Amino acid sequence: MAEKSTRSSLGRAVWLGSAKAGILDWWRERVTAVALIPLTLWLVASIIAHSSSDYPVFVAWLKAPFVALMVVLLLIALFYHVALGLQVVIEDYIHSAMKIPTLVVMRFACFACAGAGILATLRLAFTG
Amino acid sequence: MSNSAVEQRRPKSPNIQIYRPQLTSVLSIANRISGVALSIAAVGLMIWLIAAASGPQSYSAVQGALGSLIGQIALLAMTFAFFFHLCGGIRHLAWDAGYGFGLRAIYASGWAVVVASVLLTAVAWIAALFMRG
Repeated sequence: MAEKSTRSSLGRAVWLGSAKAGILDWWRERVTAVALIPLTLWLVASIIAHSSSDYPVFVAWLKAPFVALMVVLLLIALFYHVALGLQVVIEDYIHSAMKIPTLVVMRFACFACAGAGILATLRLAFTG
Repeated sequence: MSNSAVEQRRPKSPNIQIYRPQLTSVLSIANRISGVALSIAAVGLMIWLIAAASGPQSYSAVQGALGSLIGQIALLAMTFAFFFHLCGGIRHLAWDAGYGFGLRAIYASGWAVVVASVLLTAVAWIAALFMRG
């Protein structure tokens, strides 16, 4: 961890600039973005292909192991990307004491939404 | 000369709204706005999955809401926001890799993002309408 750090010794000592944890967030925003390119294109294409499907057909598709896995992976990458993106927006526009509580609530909401979506998908995959 | 005197004579950077909007700045803020809009779409995706897991009644209720006029307009807007953020995101990834910083390249890729996101939105909706029969 320490030898892989891109931070300089001086940056670490004075605790200034982008030498904080920002590089890791920046990198993870890119990694989740790359992961979301195939995942979201697959989901949009699948939804279009199911435009005329009724409930049983759609649920039978969603229950398939590969499909359920893809949806779970998508939800993880998606809400991670949402959390990182909204964090930058909040940090840019909220300069009051509300900044930290807003960031915490936003993070909680992203965790909750990802968890709820994954739970719904797995419930369909295992029971339904 | 005192420090404060220097600060007073120093030209201040004008606020962003003084600048004439350019393709580069408009696409920059539009990428951010589409990202925020897609965060709401992500919550919609979660609600949609929960409705599917809850049974046919709740699923058809959500499908009904999406099928209404407001639902279709929102879906169209989100489709465009998705393709715009996707194309804009790929443009950003190219910049992050060190490519496309020339003025010509920046305008070419910018217009490519606009044209591609409009075309992809049209293709997606025509395909969906075709599948619906």
